[in-house]
Parts: sequence; C-alpha cells; structure tokens
Amino acid sequence: MSVQKRNKPNFIDLIPNPVWMIISLVTAFLLWTLISVSEKGGVVFATPWEVVEKLIAKGSDGTLWPHIGFSLFRVITGFLIGFVVSIPVAFLMGWYQPIRNVLEPWIQFIRNIPPLAYIPLIIVGAGVGEQAKVIVIFIASFLVMVVTIYQGVLNVDTTLIKAARVLGAKDRNIFIRVVIPASTPFILTGARLGLSSALTTLVAAELTGASKGLGMMIQKASGYYDMATVLLGIFIIGIIGISMEKFVQFLERRLTGWQETIGR
Amino acid sequence: MAGDNRPLKVKIENVVKKFATRRGEMVALNGVSLDIKENEFVSVVGPSGCGKSTLLNIIAGLAEPTEGHVYVDGQEVTEPGPDRGVVFQQYALFPWLTVEDNVKFGLSLKGVKDKEAKKLVEKYLKMVDLEGFAKSYPKELSGGMKQRVAIARAYAVNPKVLLMDEPFGALDAQTRTQLQSELLVTWEKEQKTCFFITHDVEEAVILSQRVVIMSARPGRIKEIVDIDIPYPRDQETKLTSEFLKYKNHIWEQVYREYLEVRK
Ligand SMILES: Nc1ncnc2c1ncn2[C@@H]1O[C@H](COP(=O)(O)OP(=O)(O)OP(=O)(O)O)[C@@H](O)[C@H]1O
Ligand SMILES: [Mg+2]
Repeated sequence: MSVQKRNKPNFIDLIPNPVWMIISLVTAFLLWTLISVSEKGGVVFATPWEVVEKLIAKGSDGTLWPHIGFSLFRVITGFLIGFVVSIPVAFLMGWYQPIRNVLEPWIQFIRNIPPLAYIPLIIVGAGVGEQAKVIVIFIASFLVMVVTIYQGVLNVDTTLIKAARVLGAKDRNIFIRVVIPASTPFILTGARLGLSSALTTLVAAELTGASKGLGMMIQKASGYYDMATVLLGIFIIGIIGISMEKFVQFLERRLTGWQETIGR
Repeated sequence: MAGDNRPLKVKIENVVKKFATRRGEMVALNGVSLDIKENEFVSVVGPSGCGKSTLLNIIAGLAEPTEGHVYVDGQEVTEPGPDRGVVFQQYALFPWLTVEDNVKFGLSLKGVKDKEAKKLVEKYLKMVDLEGFAKSYPKELSGGMKQRVAIARAYAVNPKVLLMDEPFGALDAQTRTQLQSELLVTWEKEQKTCFFITHDVEEAVILSQRVVIMSARPGRIKEIVDIDIPYPRDQETKLTSEFLKYKNHIWEQVYREYLEVRK
C-alpha cells in the first residue's frame, strides 16, 4: 500500500505576494507609531503624521524638490561617469595581465577605505562645489563597478572564446560578440552595486557643505532637532535607492534572461 | 586504407608538444605523425591524459606545437580558421544567442549575406532535426540537443575538416547511440574529413575508417587500425563478428595503456 502525500497548501502559502507587502507595511507602520508615541522613542522618531505633514508642507512650498533634484543629479552624474570609465578599465584589466597586476592591488586598497576618510583631499583639490561631490561619488561607485565587471571578464568561459575563434572570429569580434555579452550579467550586477554605493556616498559627500541636497537637508534638520524632516529625508533616500535597484533588476531580466538559473 | 588514392587532407608531421609546469617540463606529445585523407573518418582513442585534446587543439590552430608541423591542404596551420570546424565536449554554445543565431555565428563572420545565411541555418537545423527550436535559447535544450546545435554550427561554415573532441562524452548511452547514427548518416551524405576523439572504443569502431590508438606518458601513436567494415553502417553493425573483433582488439590495446598509466 502506498501512501500518497497530498501537498495541501497551508494558509500561509495561499497569501499572494502583494498582500504580504501590505502586511509588511502595516506592521512597520504600527511599530513605528508605537515607538513614536512612546516616551523614549518619541525623542528619536517623529510620528508618521508629522512626517506626512512635513512632506506636504515642503512639497507644496517647493523647498523639497531642489534637495531631491540636486541629490539625484549628483548620484546619477557620479555613477554614470563611474560606469562609463569602469567598463574599459575592467576590460583592460581582464585582458592584459600587466595592467591588472599594477592596478588591482590599488583598487582593492582604496575600495576598502570609507569615502568619508578621503573627502578632505577632494575638498582641497576640487573645492566645496558640485564637482567635489560628484568626484567622491564617482570614485566610490567606480571602484565597486570595476572590481565586479573585471571579475566577470576574467570568468568568461574560455571554451566560448575558442568556439568563436574556430568559427573565424578575430580579437575584435571576440571582444564585441563574446566577451561583452558574456560579461553583461556582471556589468549589470556592477551597476547595481555601483548605484547603491553612489547613494551611500551621497550623504557623506553632501556633508562637505552644500546648500541643497537630501544629505544636507537631514544634516541641517538634525541641528534643530527637526526629526520629522530627518525621517522624511531618510525615507526619500530609501525610496530612490529601491527604485534604482528595481530599474536595474528590470534591465537584468530583459538583458540576461538567457542565463541558466538554478531552481525556480 | 589499402588502395585508397584520395588526396591527402591533413598532414601531421612529427608533432611534439611540451608544457612548462611548476614541476618542470611536461611532454604531452612526443613525435606524432599522421596522414589523413580527404573525407576520411579517423578516430583517436587512448587513456586520459595521453594528449588527444592537445593534438586536436594543434590541428585546430588553438595551440602551437613545440616542434613539428600540421598542414591542411598543404597549407601550414598557424591559427584557427573556418576551414577546420571544432565540436567541443562542453557544447560551447553561446548562451545569449538563440539556436538559430548560434548556427549563424560563423556565417556572419564569413560575410555570408543574411538571406543566404538564413537558408543555410535552416538547412543545417533540419539536418540535425531541430527546425522547431530555431528561436530557443541553449538553456531550454537538453544536452543531446545542444550538441546537435553545435554540430549544425560547425557544419554551417562548411569546413574541410571536422574536429570533434569527445562530442558525445557528456551524454547518456541512449542519446549517444542516437547521435552516433545521426553523425554516420550526415557524414555519408555530406562527406567531410573527420578527426574524432573518444573514450568509447565501440563508438570509435562504428564511426571510423581508421582508429588511432595512442599511448600515454609521453603521448605517441601506438597503433593504427583500419576498420574494413563497409558503409552504410548502423547500430546492427555492432552485432557482427567483424565489429566485435575490431572492438576487442582495440579495447585490449587501450586497456594495456591504461594499466601502464596506472603504474
Ligand atoms: N595548458 C596546459 N598546461 C600544462 N599541461 C597541460 C596543458 N594542457 C594539457 N596538459 C597536459 O598534457 C597532457 C595531455 O592532455 P590532454 O588534455 O591532451 O589529454 P587527453 O588525452 O585529451 O585526456 P582526456 O582523455 O582526459 O581528455 C595531460 O597530462 C595534461 O595534464
Ligand atoms: Mg581531452
């Protein structure tokens, strides 16, 4: 006699993902409210409605948008320059041993230094203007991306290169038609890590003194114990981060769907 | 083969290959010479590490011999080229290209016009029985189907010589015999000079006109066996006493070499 195990879906499996999302949001909201009305927590956390009020006030009088605009500009410019520079550097490192041997130790070394530590150098070199902030973000995101992409270039399956060569491909064809597509997953992973490190560095970069920017807004508000504005700034940065992440994930699905995946 | 006056296609002349390793010099091939005639099907068997892949890579132009030369149609081999197609054990399909674009890869490099390339792709996908999968990606195919695509891709550029390095090595026994039969049919229909590496003695005998037995440490040709079984051959051929005679002889030789290596 064989016993058939019926996989009866239990209650938890039946809840669809969007509902989980709502459950998660409501839980966080309740927790936040509880903390913000408590005596100790209230000092740190403004209540949700205070934050919403702040958002409406700052949004309607127009003071919020320049903060967001400047921050986005810095993150995106720094990141894009980093991205555009990191790709050729990563390929050169993957392709030519001497370049790799000279550059890699330094990239690894600098990558592990928090940007906050070398900001003074950049301020002295580039002043406190937009340039300095973009440079800091550029360096941070460049380093992360170059390391990731170059790992990808190194990992390109050599049999694929051989296969291309025996089909008549020369170096240039191999680069364009094999190495680049084979590294696309790493380029996109690099972009995701680069964006996240650009955002992380943003607040630090804006501490160098800025009249506008989310980091600056948070910084200034904390001086007045305006915790609602601090929280608002934090939330906006979080939302920007997750949106950028989702965008890159979307690209990954579109561009690297050919990859073998485990499970699913 | 006796009385065979087909022109010479591949001439392997005293090829020596040494690798520099941390433990010093390693001789992978020690003076290998072999003549392969046009449209001949030659298999190579021998224990693991005897230099079969090394020899194939040298013919393909993917590796350089330390000494000696390889000529294809009298021209010395110095680099890879579309006159020598290669089928690898690991399929080596480009995972980001569809089946159809994989087959087209070599054609576009050759400068074949799109319209004509399309026709050729269709022809060779039909040859390997995969017309229905033109738009699929490699990850959607089974191992046997992948290797069929790789064979179609190699055929599409119309090489003079087809080099195959254990192409069916990663497949299950059933798929393997099926692909053997398909390869036999294809080879009889569209003749090519084939250089086929395998671990499987039965596979070598059923496919080839000559089987080259290699010995290891350092890699040399030990014996060349002419397989005088007429084509067309099929799986039934494997039951004939002639076939078994060849198979047992070669198997014994390979096994001796294997024992040598184990020492
Ligand atoms: N790039 C290399 N560097 C150093 N040694 C190598 C290199 N390639 C091959 N060898 C050595 O040369 C010898 C022959 O290798 P080869 O791959 O040609 O063997 P094979 O007959 O194809 O073996 P198998 O049946 O396992 O595929 C082996 O001992 C191997 O270790
Ligand atoms: Mg091998």
